[in-house]
Amino acid sequence: MTYLDFEKPIAELIEQQEKMKQAAAKSGVDISKTLQELDEKIVEQRTKVYKNLTPWQRVQASRHPERPYTLAYIEAITEGNFMELHGDRTVKDDKAMVGGFGSVNGQTVMFIGQQKGTNTKTRQYRNFGMPNPEGYRKALRLMKLAEKFNKPVVTFIDTPGAYPGLEAEERGQGEAIARNLFEMAKLRVPIICIIIGEGASGGALGIGVGDRVLMLENTWYSVISPESCSSILWRSWDFKEKAAIGLKLTADDMMGQKLIDGIIREPIGGAHTSPAEMFSIVKTEILSHIAELKQMKPDERIKQRIDKFCSMGVVVED
Amino acid sequence: MSWYKRITKGIKTSTKEKKGTPEGLWYKCPSCKKITPSNEHADGMYVCPHCDYHERIGSAEYFKIIFDNNEYAELNPNLSAGDPLNFEDTKKYTDRLADSQKKTELKDAIRTVAGKVDGNDLVVACMDFNFIGGSMGSVVGEKISRAIDFCLKYNIPLMIISKSGGARMMEAAYSLMQMAKTSAKLTLLAEARIPYISLLTDPTTGGVTASFAMLGDLNIGEPESLIAFAGPRVVKETIGKDLPKGFQRAEFVLEHGFLDKIIHRKDLKIKLSQLLVMFKN
Ligand SMILES: [Zn+2]
Repeated sequence: MTYLDFEKPIAELIEQQEKMKQAAAKSGVDISKTLQELDEKIVEQRTKVYKNLTPWQRVQASRHPERPYTLAYIEAITEGNFMELHGDRTVKDDKAMVGGFGSVNGQTVMFIGQQKGTNTKTRQYRNFGMPNPEGYRKALRLMKLAEKFNKPVVTFIDTPGAYPGLEAEERGQGEAIARNLFEMAKLRVPIICIIIGEGASGGALGIGVGDRVLMLENTWYSVISPESCSSILWRSWDFKEKAAIGLKLTADDMMGQKLIDGIIREPIGGAHTSPAEMFSIVKTEILSHIAELKQMKPDERIKQRIDKFCSMGVVVED
Repeated sequence: MSWYKRITKGIKTSTKEKKGTPEGLWYKCPSCKKITPSNEHADGMYVCPHCDYHERIGSAEYFKIIFDNNEYAELNPNLSAGDPLNFEDTKKYTDRLADSQKKTELKDAIRTVAGKVDGNDLVVACMDFNFIGGSMGSVVGEKISRAIDFCLKYNIPLMIISKSGGARMMEAAYSLMQMAKTSAKLTLLAEARIPYISLLTDPTTGGVTASFAMLGDLNIGEPESLIAFAGPRVVKETIGKDLPKGFQRAEFVLEHGFLDKIIHRKDLKIKLSQLLVMFKN
């Protein structure tokens, strides 16, 4: 288990519990009552810690190494009925962007999302969840496929950004993201976008134009990461906490700004403490939103989607 | 014709005509280092007569180059930025805005106008880099959105002249969503089969490149403009190597297939009116 700094009080309790278990196993004394009390204490501590996270801690939680990533959600939600599809049909298969058909309670859904790795090797293989242009073009190809066969699209957003590499620029990273924004705005099937971790800038938005944009409780979504914001505006890496506050990037902030459509609650202590519970909550959300969106005619849905994004922004008119 | 009469009633020439360049001043080209009398340089559309270096210019200069008799009417001139997040870094966002407004005599980083190019109607949205690096906040998004409404209402083609460092961080996610907003709005223009010409000038980067700037029916670049998603400094840091010569310049971007054309500033008006006629006939 990995514990973040602010999770230390939780870690201490768990450690204490482990030690007691070991001691009890040796001595044979029945400590089930004490263990149960400790269990309750742990839940209490988790609730307390996670209720009071600062925006920067929220960002850290969104990057928790044990947090579930896109494929874990898809596998769980489809109960293994997932058919991954590869490639953008032009350049290559981007491993930082995954997608394919999946079946959820008999309903075929096109799942798409950025994918991070879980160890040194797979992190590199997944390019740390930073897609190249072919990742966005693969995502668009799959969305068009879904449109053709009238299947709803669900995207899972979890990226520190679109990859700022040399080849990415050569192959038009800007154009690839722009094209997705344009095409997603008018896609004729329902689109649900869920931020499950990091929602960094254009790289996140590139699969983020939907009828419903939802954020998990311990995620962030903004135009820039707090670290980069600190380095650009304060010319120093030391203001990330301040930047995290200023950017108003948490789910609650984003809901308050009317820039997302909903917040999905996480299990006590964050998605990583109980992935199975997290998957089940997300599955329920997806099904209910699909049911709602299917009630609308495509033109009506598109109009509502475009109107929603066009109403975003704050200007003063004198 | 009706739109033109209606909105230009009482406004004959630009209200923001730049003061004439005083004589006796000199322009030193940052590229070839040669000097040119400033008034000559201005008369030459701010292009170096020695090496063709295109100096960065503002909306007033572009409008003068593009529109017949420098006549145009400004749309929604009274929009300015709010500060919904009470943003403060080393400076308050409201102070930054006020300073920029004072320094540039502009309300924000874009102006949208309607006028005629060799008699052809055209709406132009032109970014001003001098205003907080031409960054895209809510005003940029809203003005483009309303300019598109105007194009739709009167069936007039649109040109957006991009010149931007990207998103405006002080508006955080609001700024990010302007990418979705402008792109979504452009789908309506496309559906109405109204031409959209994107002119990418030095520099066009970040969220502007990753939204409306790359979505033209025609994407046109000014010579040697920096056109990028991630800026060269970031790319260099990422790959840990020096960048090839000409990387992310308009010519490079054209070679990689993302621009239709590169047009010299001196040919801009004539090529533009040629295109407008071609779309029409
Ligand atoms: Zn020169």
